[in-house]
Amino acid sequence: MPHRAADTTPVIELRNVTKVYGHGEAEVRAMDGVDITIESGEFVAIMGPSGSGKSTAMNMIGCLDSPTSGEYLFNGVQVAKLSQDQRALLRRNYLGFVFQGFNLLARTTALENVELPMIYKGMPATERREKAREALAKVGLSGREHHDPSELSGGQQQRAAIARALAGNPQVILADEPTGNLDTKLSVEIMELLKDLNERDHITIVMVTHEEDMAAYAHRVIWMVDGKVERTGTPEEVFSHGRQSA
Amino acid sequence: MIWETVRLAIQAIFRNTLRSILTVLGIVIGVAAVIAMVTVGQGSSNQVTADVEKLGTNVLMVMPGAGRMGPGNNSVSAALEMKDVEALINQLSSVRTAAPYNQTSLNAVYGTEDTRTSLAGTDARYLDVVDWPIVMGRGFLPAEESSGRAVCIIGETVRQELFGNTDPIGETVRLKNVSCDVIGLLEAKGASSFGTDQDDIVLIPIKAFQRRVTGSADVSMIYVAAANNVSTDRALVEIETLMRERRRIGAGEEDDFNVRDMKQLASMLTGITDVLTGLLSAVAAVSLLVGGIGIMNIMLVSVTERTREIGIRLAVGATGNQVLLQFLVEAVVLSIIGGVVGIILGLSLAAIASNIMVIPFSPDPMIVAIAFLFSAAVGVIFGYFPARRAARLDPIEALRHQ
Repeated sequence: MPHRAADTTPVIELRNVTKVYGHGEAEVRAMDGVDITIESGEFVAIMGPSGSGKSTAMNMIGCLDSPTSGEYLFNGVQVAKLSQDQRALLRRNYLGFVFQGFNLLARTTALENVELPMIYKGMPATERREKAREALAKVGLSGREHHDPSELSGGQQQRAAIARALAGNPQVILADEPTGNLDTKLSVEIMELLKDLNERDHITIVMVTHEEDMAAYAHRVIWMVDGKVERTGTPEEVFSHGRQSA
Repeated sequence: MIWETVRLAIQAIFRNTLRSILTVLGIVIGVAAVIAMVTVGQGSSNQVTADVEKLGTNVLMVMPGAGRMGPGNNSVSAALEMKDVEALINQLSSVRTAAPYNQTSLNAVYGTEDTRTSLAGTDARYLDVVDWPIVMGRGFLPAEESSGRAVCIIGETVRQELFGNTDPIGETVRLKNVSCDVIGLLEAKGASSFGTDQDDIVLIPIKAFQRRVTGSADVSMIYVAAANNVSTDRALVEIETLMRERRRIGAGEEDDFNVRDMKQLASMLTGITDVLTGLLSAVAAVSLLVGGIGIMNIMLVSVTERTREIGIRLAVGATGNQVLLQFLVEAVVLSIIGGVVGIILGLSLAAIASNIMVIPFSPDPMIVAIAFLFSAAVGVIFGYFPARRAARLDPIEALRHQ
C-alpha cells in the first residue's frame, strides 16, 4: 500500500482548530482551539455530549468542512490549501466514510454501492466489480451482492457501507456513530469488524460515538466538551475519570 | 467514465419512469410538431414544383396590367388582342406557339343536371402549349375556330357532373344562353397546386367566347410556349420587347403588361408555403422551449430529492464536476430520448398527413438532424442550472438532508 507513510508524520493533525458558525449574537463556537493528533494505525474514538463539537471535528477530519482558524494537516499536507477538487481526491484516495444512517444509495444493489468510490476513481468495470466482491466478502456479505439496501438488515447495511469505505483502499476510515442505529449484538459485530480492519489491515480508524461499550474497542478516547478537548487517554483512563467526577 | 455516467443517467431516468415520461412530453410534442410542420411543408412545396413542371417549364404567360401579378391592376391597362398572339408566333423565333385565353365562371346545364364550372375561350394551340391531350372525341377544327361555332371540349369533372360515366360526345350542353355541342373530353389532370380542380373546365373557341359571352374582342391572357432550344429567360425578354413595341411604350416608361414564366409562379407559390411552414414551425419551436423549462423544473426537483444521494457521492470522493456531469448527462439523455421519440412521432404524423393531403412524403434528414441536436442542446442549457446547483451542495448539509 503506497500511502502507508514510513516516517513518523501523524496521519491527522489538528492544530489549534477553531470552527465558528454564524455571526454576532448567533455565533456558535463548534470547535474552540482543538489539538488532535492521530498516528497511522491508531483506533481512536471521539466522544462527548451532544453539541460538544465531535461531529464538527469528524467533518473537519473528513475534509468536508474547513476550519475558521488553525491548521489541519493530513499526512503533513495543509488541507486548507487544497482546492475543492483536491479535497475530493483526498477523500477518494485516503478516506472511507461510515455513517450512522448507513447512507447507501437506495434502489441500488450492494455491489453497485460498493463500486461507487471506484467509479469516481475511473477504474474499469471488471476490475471494479472484482474489488467490490472482495470487499463484500471481507465484511461477510458474500451472496448478498445483488440485494438492494431495503432487502438487507441494519447490520448488513452497515457492513455494506463498511465494504464501500474499504473499496477505496483507504488509509483512514471515519466512522460517525457506526452503531447508533443497531442493537447491541449487531453493534458488537460491527465493532469486531472495525477492530479487525484496524489490526489486520492497519487501517487507521477514527470513530465518533457516545456509547462507552463501543469506545472501549478503541486504543484511545478523545473526550470533547463545549468544542474543546477535555481529556484524552485509553478508554479506561478516560471513563474512570468520568465516573470519579460524576 | 462518460459511458458510465450515461449508464447511471439511464438508470436514474428509469427509476422514475412515469415522471420521466411526463418530463419529456414537452420535448416530444415540440420536436414532433416542428418535424411534422416542416415535413408537410416540404412535401407541399415539392408538390407545387412538380405541378408546375407538369404544366411545362417552357410555358410563359402574358397578361395586361403593370407590376405585380394579382388582382386590382388589370383593369387600368389595355387588354391584349388576337393580333398580339399572331405577332408573338410570327415575329419571335424564341416562341414555338402561343394561344389566347379568356376565362369566366358560369353554370353548365345538361338536361336536369347543372354544375358551376369555368368556361375558357381559347383555341387548339392552348392544348399544345400546356401539353393537354384529348382522350375522347376531337379538338377544335380551324373552321370552328374561325367561325366561332358553339362547340366545346370538357374536362373530366364536368363530364362526371353532367354525364356521369356515359359518353358525352355529341351531346348538347347549355352554357348561360349558348347551346354548345360537346366534341371532346380532356385527359384528367387532378387538382392544381392552387388547390383548384383543373378538370372542372369547359373550353370553347375564343371567337365564340368573345362574341357570345363577353361581347368584346379582348384577349385577357396569352399562353406562350418557348421554342425547344430556347431558355424561358430569353423568350421572356424577347416577348417583353415585342409587346412594348406593339403597345407603344416609350423608353423609360413602365410596362403596362407583364410576362411570367412558370419558374416565377412556382417560386411564388413555394414562397407562400415556405412562409406558412416557417410561421407554424416557429410556434412549434416555442413549445420546445416550454419543454426545456419543464426539464429544468423536474431536474431541480430531482436535485432536491436526491440531496442525500449527492452528499454520499461527494463523501466517497466525487468531485463537484463529476456530480455536475452526472446531472447534466441525465438532463441531456432525457431530452435526447424526448427528441428521438418526437422525431419518430413527427415523421409518422407527417406521413399520415401527406397521405391524406395527397402530397409526397418528403422527410428532410437535415431537419431531423437539427431537431436532434436542438433537443440535446435544450438538455444542456436547461440541465446546466440544476446540475450546477447539485455540484455546489455542501456535502455536510447534503448528508444531513432527510
